[in-house]
Amino acid sequence: MTGYLRSDGRKGIRNVTVVVYLVECAHHVAREVVFPFREQEVHLLGFPGCYPNAYAHRMLRQLCTHPNVGAVLLVSLGCEGFNRAGLLEEIRATGRPTGVLVIQETGGTRKTIAEGRAWMAGALEELTKVPRAAMKVSDLIVGTVCGGSDATSGITANPAVGLAFDLLAKNGARVVFEETGELIGCEQIMAARAARPELAPELLGCVEKAARYYATLGHGSFAPGNAEGGLTTLEEKSMGAYSKSGNSPISGILKPGDVPPAAGLYLLDVVPDGEVRWGFPNISDIQEIGELIACGAHVTLFTTGRGSVVGSAISPVIKICANPETYRHLSEDMDINAGRILEGAATLDEVGHEIYDRILRVAEGEKTASEAMGHAEFALVYKSFDPIGPACLPG
Amino acid sequence: MTKDLPPPVNASADSRLLRLHPADNVLTVIATLEAGATFRVGETEVTVPSRLPLGHKVAARALEAGEKIVKYGAPIGSATRAIAAGEHVHTHNLKSDYLPTFLREDQGRYFAQPHA
Repeated sequence: MTGYLRSDGRKGIRNVTVVVYLVECAHHVAREVVFPFREQEVHLLGFPGCYPNAYAHRMLRQLCTHPNVGAVLLVSLGCEGFNRAGLLEEIRATGRPTGVLVIQETGGTRKTIAEGRAWMAGALEELTKVPRAAMKVSDLIVGTVCGGSDATSGITANPAVGLAFDLLAKNGARVVFEETGELIGCEQIMAARAARPELAPELLGCVEKAARYYATLGHGSFAPGNAEGGLTTLEEKSMGAYSKSGNSPISGILKPGDVPPAAGLYLLDVVPDGEVRWGFPNISDIQEIGELIACGAHVTLFTTGRGSVVGSAISPVIKICANPETYRHLSEDMDINAGRILEGAATLDEVGHEIYDRILRVAEGEKTASEAMGHAEFALVYKSFDPIGPACLPG
Repeated sequence: MTKDLPPPVNASADSRLLRLHPADNVLTVIATLEAGATFRVGETEVTVPSRLPLGHKVAARALEAGEKIVKYGAPIGSATRAIAAGEHVHTHNLKSDYLPTFLREDQGRYFAQPHA
């Protein structure tokens, strides 16, 4: 494997340029800057809100300085509350080509789009000079998420990802699973896997927080399609989702934007701290993927039974289809057919190794199905977190 | 503890039904069963009354009202009424011990309620 070497020593598997709108009012201009370059690894990110939010700032900082990102262009309307100068300084400090356009100063829509496209041509030229460096499995951070789950997810794709996670962790990679709202019902089983005794109550606490949060909102992480796919209860969905984590001991808990410090398996706590005030912890699968990437994920493994088609900005998404009927219907959107396990055409172990091998190929540059079709989704909304507690990370 | 999650090797006699863990009292249908299809659960011969899509569950034995339903070796909720061996186990006879399940049929009711 060969990666893109960044000034902080981290290595990326892609050389993406991101254009970042700092308020919804700058979204159109940012999108128009991207449009002619959309097949040249130029991706659109942003935050819609006008009011500042520490979580959103941290997310954008971590995303703009992610090792898969080579250059950054910020697009501001000019009057929004986002700390533009602070973010710009943090990104510039990493040595990446960085630009900023303020629509109110530049002279409006057309002029800003033209300036942005001119900047882009220069940035793409500079990106060809990024040094390459040998990369090992132990340099990789891999996340996993499930979406559009059905009752096959927990039988095929999720435990196959669990096997791949075990292989990755054994080879020194950092692997991250998440969505504490989808672990309700398996918190005791999970806490028993804590690598250190003081971590176990923290794991229980994460899931209790999620259960309280969802109970206040009156709605668990359960969509009507889950029931149509044979899942009856949140606990049943949870047990299936939980099997993505494999069998490694749990080394620690992260919050969005925390980069895991050492090899091993981590739980990403995605539910905001404090009183329930920002609505659903994650409005869709897309924001969860963004949070995994903010924790440094080079690749995300996305398991689906009903059939999601999404990809992501910044880091490739490998889609693993759990249901053989869904695979036949949506095969063009899928990378791996784990449904073969149900038909006796492959074993769980074979699919686990297939996922592992595919991660290495994607890290080498092979495009995933969603990358090849231009998917580069992104979502970010308001949240708030307390810093991670001292018991949460390995000493 | 996830060693309790075995690979999906079929422990039931019928290759269309999957028992995920020895402690489970439900089986997963791993090939869609059309209405009229038959299968055996223990000594009971069961005729499928209506289409059972891939992924749905049937009772591995007769279950009492209030009994914990066990899948993956873990409780996934409680039976809301007595369930016959081989009967479809889903939202009509199984409820979460945590949060109620949101169904498409509930959407009308959900949006009819005032939400702050």
